Amino acid sequence: MIRIGIIGLGKMGLSHCAILGGHPEVEVAGVCDTSSLVIDGFKKYSSFPCYSDYKKMIKLANLDGVVIASPTKFHSDMVDFALENNIHVFCEKPFVLNAKDGVRLTELAVSKGLVNQVGYHNRYLGTFEEVKRLLENGILGEVYHFMGESYGPVVLRKKGGTWRSEKNQGGGCLYDYASHTIDLVHFLLGKPVSASGTLLKNIFSEGVEDAVFSSIKLENGLSGQLAVNWSDETHRKMTTQITVLGTEGKIIADATELKIYLKEAISKEGLNKGWNIKYLTDLTENVDFYLRGEEYSSQLDHFIACIKDAGTENKSSFKNATVTDEMITKLLENAKL
Amino acid sequence: MDRILFGDNQFFGVNHSSDEKSRAQTIKFQKDEAIVKVLDIAIDEGINTFMCTTHDRMANICDVFRQNEKYRDFQVFPCMPYAHKYANSVTEVGYMGTIKQFVPGNIFSTFAKGGLAYMKKDFSSLAELMIDAELKMFHGIKTPVIWMQNVITDLLLGLGMTEFLLTFYRHVKEKHNAEPGFITMNLPLLLNTLEKAGIENPTICSSINKIGFRMSGGKRVYEEVIAQKRCRLVAMQVLAAGALPPAEALEYVCSLDGVESILFGASSRANIHQTKTLIDNFGMVK
Repeated sequence: MIRIGIIGLGKMGLSHCAILGGHPEVEVAGVCDTSSLVIDGFKKYSSFPCYSDYKKMIKLANLDGVVIASPTKFHSDMVDFALENNIHVFCEKPFVLNAKDGVRLTELAVSKGLVNQVGYHNRYLGTFEEVKRLLENGILGEVYHFMGESYGPVVLRKKGGTWRSEKNQGGGCLYDYASHTIDLVHFLLGKPVSASGTLLKNIFSEGVEDAVFSSIKLENGLSGQLAVNWSDETHRKMTTQITVLGTEGKIIADATELKIYLKEAISKEGLNKGWNIKYLTDLTENVDFYLRGEEYSSQLDHFIACIKDAGTENKSSFKNATVTDEMITKLLENAKL
Repeated sequence: MDRILFGDNQFFGVNHSSDEKSRAQTIKFQKDEAIVKVLDIAIDEGINTFMCTTHDRMANICDVFRQNEKYRDFQVFPCMPYAHKYANSVTEVGYMGTIKQFVPGNIFSTFAKGGLAYMKKDFSSLAELMIDAELKMFHGIKTPVIWMQNVITDLLLGLGMTEFLLTFYRHVKEKHNAEPGFITMNLPLLLNTLEKAGIENPTICSSINKIGFRMSGGKRVYEEVIAQKRCRLVAMQVLAAGALPPAEALEYVCSLDGVESILFGASSRANIHQTKTLIDNFGMVK
């Protein structure tokens, strides 16, 4: 059994904890939270060893790996401490507030040969994986534009009270929502390097932005747009969509389906001229324990697989996540111009 | 339980195969009358049970049920909670803020003796209060089975917090005189866990379909468990989010000895009629 500890039992921490609790190869060897309300609940109702000090858990619980799901401002110190203690790390997104820490922690993890992963779960979604495969096979010809969009109903009124609504703590739509969209663009199309015409809009929040719109450019020369809004109640839950336009056709994909338009049929892919639709049901593998979408289980399965087999390359490494953090900084700087 | 249960996902824009279809459905069912109209068609077609989430909008539909004599024998199976409501709230105002927002009355006066400190020692009482709050809208309507939504069942299952599954089970049985049911995406694991906790022949609703979609651990394991008839079983997602043609999908699920009821949702008379007729024709394994 792989022994995993969990730091931070908020929404994501609970979700990770339940999935790992149901994982046949994992023993949840410690859970940690500073809230007495939460940790008392775990003490009373779960069988996991409980801690309120993460350093104590890392020192005492004999862990193979740790899942860090605390507020973003704590990530850097916690990741650093775990790596120094030779423990594999899965850290929630966004990775760190200062991209320089990301670079340093990436180097530290690599030098110690430790598994390092960040929770960008779109990389494990059947539909987006299929988009990546199709793009690598060049089905759209020359790609000339993309649009990455995420919308959802997080902040719908003027009020607030958690760290997500506080500036300089990793709050705001840019850190919380747009990080997913930026990572998805990176995963599917290439490394983003610069931003222009960035608009950060305050809709209901005072300290942070609720929406982000920007034109971004990738290392390979491709450019496209980003549109992210967490104050959009026309969506029942977070929805992320990517549109890719090429000389031979177009792809529109979200978490549930993939629409492909082609000027000419591609028989080896079984794709017709005109519109083709592929559904998640045909693109997803069963997981051992399902909580809220295969991708949440798959990303943790991948973390465990990487711990078991040192040779496996991580699909969502610190290095990839640092690119997103750097891009967030560039968007913030560009918005001030 | 009836052989056929009518679901509500289509009314609230829940679609597991397409966000676009989901949006179209949200537009179609914007007005409560549109929902009632489809329920009337289902009743016409001989369906007598509506399994639905404790979505805010259900309160209005419940008013219609109470006001009209023709729904007197109509049964509702509530599924709680509508989790997105709580999840969005936790992101926005934190755990304490969410408890304050959703537990009836002031949390500190509800637990008059010791307020927060008392609550921390007794999450089960808090859970019971939240169950009662969720069920308020169904007052005066027949609710013979009350379900825990899969995201909560599976969360508690993964966290090993079986105690809360038992709290729900006991509270629904004792206070609400109904059969407690558990919706899950992890049938084999849940069944083993409930049996270990002393619950015999529990009522469970789970994804069961010919292509194995959302059948955690795989279709074969599920088929073994189903054949053992250790629970009263409702099959959901039988069409695998639309990936299977209805006849093929329903022939499979009707052939499983051990499936008591089939849950499906549809928006048009044609689809409701077709599904009902197919299930009736395939019959039930005796």
